Amino acid sequence: MNDLYKGYRGEAVALLKAQGVRVWSDADVTTTRGNFTGIILPRSETADDQHIVLKLRNGYNVGITVNTVIEIKEIGYKEAHYKIPEKEFPFDPRKPRVKLLGTGGTIASRLDYRTGAVIPAFTPGELYGSVPELADICNLETEKLYGVFSENMGPEQWVGTAKAIGREIEKGVQGIVIGHGTDTMHHTAAILSFMVQNPPVPIVMVGSQRSSDRPSSDAALNLIDATKTAAESDIAEVMVCMFGPTSDQYDLLHRGTRVRKMHSSYRSTFRTIGDIPIAMVSREKIILLRDDYKRRRTDKNVIINTDFEEKVSIVYYYPNMKPDIIESLIDNGYKGIIIAGTGLGHVNKPLYPALRRAQEKGIAVYMTVQTLWGYVQMFVYDTGRDIMELGVVPAANMLPEVAYIKLGWALGQTSNLTKVKEIMLTSIAGEITEREPHNGYLIYQGGIPEVERFVSSYWK
Amino acid sequence: MPRIFDYGELEEKDYLELGFKSGLEIHQQLKTQKKLFCRCPAGDYFEDYDAEVLRHMRPTLSELGEYDGTALMEFKTRKEIIYQLNKRNVCTYEMDDTPPFELNPEALDIALEVTLLLNCNLVGELHIARKQYLDGSIPAGFQRTTILGTDGWVPYKDRRIGIRQLGLEEDACREVSDRGHRRVYKTDRLSIPLIETVTYPDMRAPWEVAEVAELLRELARSTGKMRTGIGRARQDVNVSVEGGTRVEIKGVHRIPYIPRLTHFEALRQANLLELRGELHRRGVTKETLKSNAAEVTEVLKNTAFSPIRRALEREWRVMAVNLADFKGLLGFPLQPGRDFASEISDRVRVIACLDELPNIVHSEMMDSPLTTTEWKKVGSALKAKKDDAVVIVWGDRKDSETAVSEIIIRAREAADAIPNETRQAFPSGINGFERILPGPDRMYPDTDMPPVPLSEERIERAKSRLPHAPWERRAYYKKLGLSPEIIEDLVSDRRAPFFKQVVETLPLKPTLAAVILSQTLKSLERKGFPTAHLEENALLDLLRRFTDGEFAREGFPDILKLMSTEGWRPGEAIAKLGFVRLNDEDAREIVQIVGRVEESLEPRDPEKKWRYLMGVLMAELRGRVPGEKVASLLREVLGTEIEGNRRPIREGR
Repeated sequence: MNDLYKGYRGEAVALLKAQGVRVWSDADVTTTRGNFTGIILPRSETADDQHIVLKLRNGYNVGITVNTVIEIKEIGYKEAHYKIPEKEFPFDPRKPRVKLLGTGGTIASRLDYRTGAVIPAFTPGELYGSVPELADICNLETEKLYGVFSENMGPEQWVGTAKAIGREIEKGVQGIVIGHGTDTMHHTAAILSFMVQNPPVPIVMVGSQRSSDRPSSDAALNLIDATKTAAESDIAEVMVCMFGPTSDQYDLLHRGTRVRKMHSSYRSTFRTIGDIPIAMVSREKIILLRDDYKRRRTDKNVIINTDFEEKVSIVYYYPNMKPDIIESLIDNGYKGIIIAGTGLGHVNKPLYPALRRAQEKGIAVYMTVQTLWGYVQMFVYDTGRDIMELGVVPAANMLPEVAYIKLGWALGQTSNLTKVKEIMLTSIAGEITEREPHNGYLIYQGGIPEVERFVSSYWK
Repeated sequence: MPRIFDYGELEEKDYLELGFKSGLEIHQQLKTQKKLFCRCPAGDYFEDYDAEVLRHMRPTLSELGEYDGTALMEFKTRKEIIYQLNKRNVCTYEMDDTPPFELNPEALDIALEVTLLLNCNLVGELHIARKQYLDGSIPAGFQRTTILGTDGWVPYKDRRIGIRQLGLEEDACREVSDRGHRRVYKTDRLSIPLIETVTYPDMRAPWEVAEVAELLRELARSTGKMRTGIGRARQDVNVSVEGGTRVEIKGVHRIPYIPRLTHFEALRQANLLELRGELHRRGVTKETLKSNAAEVTEVLKNTAFSPIRRALEREWRVMAVNLADFKGLLGFPLQPGRDFASEISDRVRVIACLDELPNIVHSEMMDSPLTTTEWKKVGSALKAKKDDAVVIVWGDRKDSETAVSEIIIRAREAADAIPNETRQAFPSGINGFERILPGPDRMYPDTDMPPVPLSEERIERAKSRLPHAPWERRAYYKKLGLSPEIIEDLVSDRRAPFFKQVVETLPLKPTLAAVILSQTLKSLERKGFPTAHLEENALLDLLRRFTDGEFAREGFPDILKLMSTEGWRPGEAIAKLGFVRLNDEDAREIVQIVGRVEESLEPRDPEKKWRYLMGVLMAELRGRVPGEKVASLLREVLGTEIEGNRRPIREGR
């Protein structure tokens, strides 16, 4: 990388050039506010062009305002080389073989204190260095498929990941872990549940809510528990493995089609909606919470089906929504629409003509609930019955995002709306459940005395 | 020869000879409404809590494939960290479940003032960094910290003490307990804004360190914006001697403790260097030290020594470590009452978490708790020779393993260099091991927060708010003729700038102004009158009326009481109290009446009668006639030369 002025632009880069210094120069800087000595660091691309960044001898970084600089003298040059010494992941023939596929997110990292860079640690050797406990669990191999923020995951990455999983199963791997950003982990978990059917081994998605460079990160425990699940459990399904409570105690294994990220930042953000998780997993053991899951098999068979139709949209209904939203979807050639309706699955009357037009154009329209919990039930009110007349199909208790994913996958296989309906309403991987148990919806309100008593008597 | 001297036995030249060097890191809480990176109220501590969270801390590898020494040490302890949360000043930020909010601008402005007072070079842009701490004192595992200025100075005696930097950072949690493998913290103190003043190691004797600490404390307080109270300011002192290492003594709450602490630490280092010298004379170096360990659970299974008996009941292991050629050195004195063996015991306590004391026994103890036979058996299990020393430790499998390795590590360090440590202070002035001193490189940028520019405009505003440095103000007050006691009161009073204004605008005696504004107001506040809320223009009005002769000086307390409780303006209060100034004629008349009427009364003792009469008169005349005038009139009337009790009338402290 021959960029001498990494990240600097405008006035800042002009100053560096004029003074004959560059990024990684060890420099004496004379300014109107005093003298500073340190290493010139790269500038972040989103920061202004009015400052240059110095790493002082005391380890702190500071910004020096460009128009206070009188002179800069280079007294040395300390280029950064991010070479990470490799440790070998110990091999034990008695331990199961687990494959870690990376799509993004940083499950482990190292710090370059000289520059402050956080470097992802991903090869087995690097992971072993960061989380040595993994060697007690399995023989680990890693492969980096993609390195994207999870909001940038899409059909291309889903397909690639599904195919990679298929290849690994064929090779006889005993469990698969997928590192993924947390924002759309539940979307990917859903699509993989459809694209990879009846796997013989566990497929465990994992990430971290707090960046893995920090000592308190959930990354290590998530990774340990996910790997343990992949290596030892007999749950042969696509799952999400993330913290149960926000305390460092155990992870939950959520079925991939019923899990959702429910808080923007809490470690305990992932929850199973409308049902209970499959299991709890800690360093010591896996505790099953139910027994209706697909079991591990010794064969190497799996159904990989990666068709996907991209022209599907989710529409989040809101009061006073105008039909032109739906119209524009129709005019732009969309083949499927998932509506997240209010209450039991409702939208307002002005939308009816647009829905009719969608029906006439042969667009598949399905209804889910904004409330996330509960079933669509469109017989109860007139509104619902009217909408069904217009060809909107109730999608039971499928989550809106999961319904979107599934509709894209269904339309990828056929454009025959009857066949699509059959696919949509036949539960493949638990995306629709026949019954909602009494403990599937447990949102307790803080402040109420008995709730406060409960919260204060267990580690959060 | 080990050096054990009490503080006070050495002189400046002795410390110079030792190569004594000391620096300070002072942490001081700022008086802000909210915390530094979230909007929780700052300041209060609570004993009750609403919920608990459990966390573990893991070290992060550096790019060299190594762990930072402290991080490794903390990881070895395998502690469970529990945080007690009180909803009144904790949000999800403190729990490390939400990213930081904007840097508190109130805190930034106060920190900027102190940076200017310290004559530092100001940065153009603040970059927030993460400083890792693995002891659990911060739930995220790192503290967010930034610096505003570098390379400042303060005057001290005939030279300058260099200020390395002024930083703004979050305070950490309060420790509740630390037992075995569990440490418990409260989060109320977490993220209260702190300034950190770091000096260069320019102090050359123990008393200098305390004096500079006092100086810096006063300077910060002169802004009027520091939190006061026990524990709101903490001093960390670092000490080294020639050939020694920079050792940090953390969390010294009271400045008077500092001289003894630095004195004993300097000697401890000098003694460790002696110890090392002795080891080298015996041909023992870090590389050549020979040691071996063996399990002696069976050997000691019938011992009468109760700590080991209890360990055996718990099915723990008892391990013995042989240190070759170490004879006589375990008992080598380092501080009063503490020898080298105590350093080993400390390591075992902190790192292996074996904190039930005593946690070791060794072959050089004065009153050995083991019998000669038992030592013989242990010795032969280890194949110990007569020049060796033996340490015995007990714990569960994991902890005893850790303990054995730490014993050997510490012995090896004794032959190498004084370890870089953080030590904890004891009230007697000696110190104990707390943790391995963190490496200098455990800091990296916090990418959750953008850099904060420090504009010229913000700096100018801060400059306009600056108080004068305490030494400048003392000189000014002295010039005004104020007594040393009054000067000290004023220097730490936040109304000091107003005092200056009053003295420069009104024909008022500085002493009187100082007494009223500094002492009287504070004394009334302590008695429950809310004088802190009195506004400057009201006080100025009152003082102006006084200089106009509207009332006498003894009237101040009563007027101020009314102004503060009822909110009345000075004029109203004066009128309400009837403090209309009497002229001398009318005053004399009243004194004459009272004087004559009471003349024949008991008591006959002139002193007592004088005081009685003054009391009666002042009750009537307070605020209308100056006390001095009343006294002189009474003296006239009584025709005596009794001096009376002529204490100047002022409010007590």
